Amino acid sequence: MNPPEVSAQPLISVEGVHTYYGKSHILNGVSLAVGRGEVVGLIGRNGVGKSTTLKTIMGLVNASAGRISYDGRLISGLPSHKLARIGIAYVPEDRRIFKLLTVMENLRTGLDRDGVSELRKKELLEKMFAYFPRLAERRGQAGGTLSGGEQQMLAIGRAMMLEPKIILLDEPTEGLMPRMVSQIREIIEVLHRDGVAILLVEQNVPLTLAASQRVYFMEKGAVQHHAAASDLTVDHPIIHKYLGV
Amino acid sequence: MDIPWDIIIIQTVNGIVTGMILALVASGLTLIFGIMDVVNFAHGELFMLGAYMGVVTLATTGNFWLALVVATVIIAALGAALQVVTLRPLLGRDPLYTILATFGISLVLQNYALWQFGPVARKIQEPFSGQFTLFYLQYPWYRLLIAVLSAAMIGGLYLFLKYGRYGVWIRATTQDRVMAQAMGIPVPWVHTGVFALGAGMAAASGVLFGPLVGVNHAMGLDWVLKAFIVVVVGGMGNLGGSIAASIFLSLLEAYASIWVSPSQAIIVSSVVLILTLLFRPTGLFVPTPK
Repeated sequence: MNPPEVSAQPLISVEGVHTYYGKSHILNGVSLAVGRGEVVGLIGRNGVGKSTTLKTIMGLVNASAGRISYDGRLISGLPSHKLARIGIAYVPEDRRIFKLLTVMENLRTGLDRDGVSELRKKELLEKMFAYFPRLAERRGQAGGTLSGGEQQMLAIGRAMMLEPKIILLDEPTEGLMPRMVSQIREIIEVLHRDGVAILLVEQNVPLTLAASQRVYFMEKGAVQHHAAASDLTVDHPIIHKYLGV
Repeated sequence: MDIPWDIIIIQTVNGIVTGMILALVASGLTLIFGIMDVVNFAHGELFMLGAYMGVVTLATTGNFWLALVVATVIIAALGAALQVVTLRPLLGRDPLYTILATFGISLVLQNYALWQFGPVARKIQEPFSGQFTLFYLQYPWYRLLIAVLSAAMIGGLYLFLKYGRYGVWIRATTQDRVMAQAMGIPVPWVHTGVFALGAGMAAASGVLFGPLVGVNHAMGLDWVLKAFIVVVVGGMGNLGGSIAASIFLSLLEAYASIWVSPSQAIIVSSVVLILTLLFRPTGLFVPTPK
């Protein structure tokens, strides 16, 4: 099985990135790429550095070595608020909803940007509410009062308000009911159809394989293997090797 | 014992007037603490410098309202500059650093004022001197105006925080700095903006209060001490709590000074502070934490 081809001009490319938390060496030369509009899975056991990879791309953790580029431009070292403005959105594992802000205010944190007309804001909201009607019903309610699934919808909806070119999606189905999981699955598909790239960290292997075009396998703080999702099945030896399921 | 209703009503009015101005000082302080975890020891000096800016502008232009606006804007700009130069580099460090930094700023500003304006208190002439009769007292309208203006400014702040684009940014940053940044909110500038806002509010209170007490280089001390008590009693970083605590404590002190001298009445606030720290350290005016 040959590694699949990565587009020559990927949207995001991470090359040899090292990251430390204090003295612990978390990322040990991570390299990966995500093409435009591509859904890419990032698989590995707990603690191998998947979430840290996303945080490092988002500028929330500093890379001590290596290069990260976006759209052909070097972005390592840029503060995350600038990255958010140029099209990188982040949906963290713990969702990090602004709990005391209403649903609408949570959305406004991404929506109130320079250069977005009132009309465009309305369109973005309507489109998102069409996928997540529950959020429309609860728009005046404080984020902290939503259920786990609703908070996940809000975290994704909030990221969509940035009109991103790529969403870094960290464990979106963690702790959700099966019905919610399939809804997350659907929204990933919708985003993909809209041309939004997604770097997906997810423990749910069937979902990752179904949603992604390519999959990276991480171990010991680095990408060890790389495959086309269509070449893999849930019980493939590689999956066993890197997840031990 | 006869209840001296007239005195109680007078003291209620007094308490509300002081409470509103204290609320104006404290809301800046609590806003800054809430968003940056910075205990701003220089807040009283911004209040004092605001009053001096008022003195200077009033002397030049003769217009109190212009003085109020000019002092607010200039001290807000000074606050922004101070934040960028001294506090921004300290973000994320131990709170001790910012305490020392703001304490240092307060010493510098206080001694600057002493050097620049001298030790003699200056007077700000109130914009009008009308009075009305409250029982046996001739009560100045200006005092009531202070309360109304403070309330208006606090109301404006509330509306701004609730509905304004930057208000939403400020509240989001207060709750989760990292996620706010990941949503594209320029957190370092939000911090600077909030510090400027707090400084401007302190300056406005300094000008408004100037006519009642006279302006001198040490006038900030009393206020910042009270404002700190209010911020703790109201629940650190909780704006509504600080406002409620300002009025509550000012009323308590006002009533206490019916029976003891005003300088002893301050003890009441300290007692409330100690009791709060002992029994409800999260603050009196916040919902019970879950």
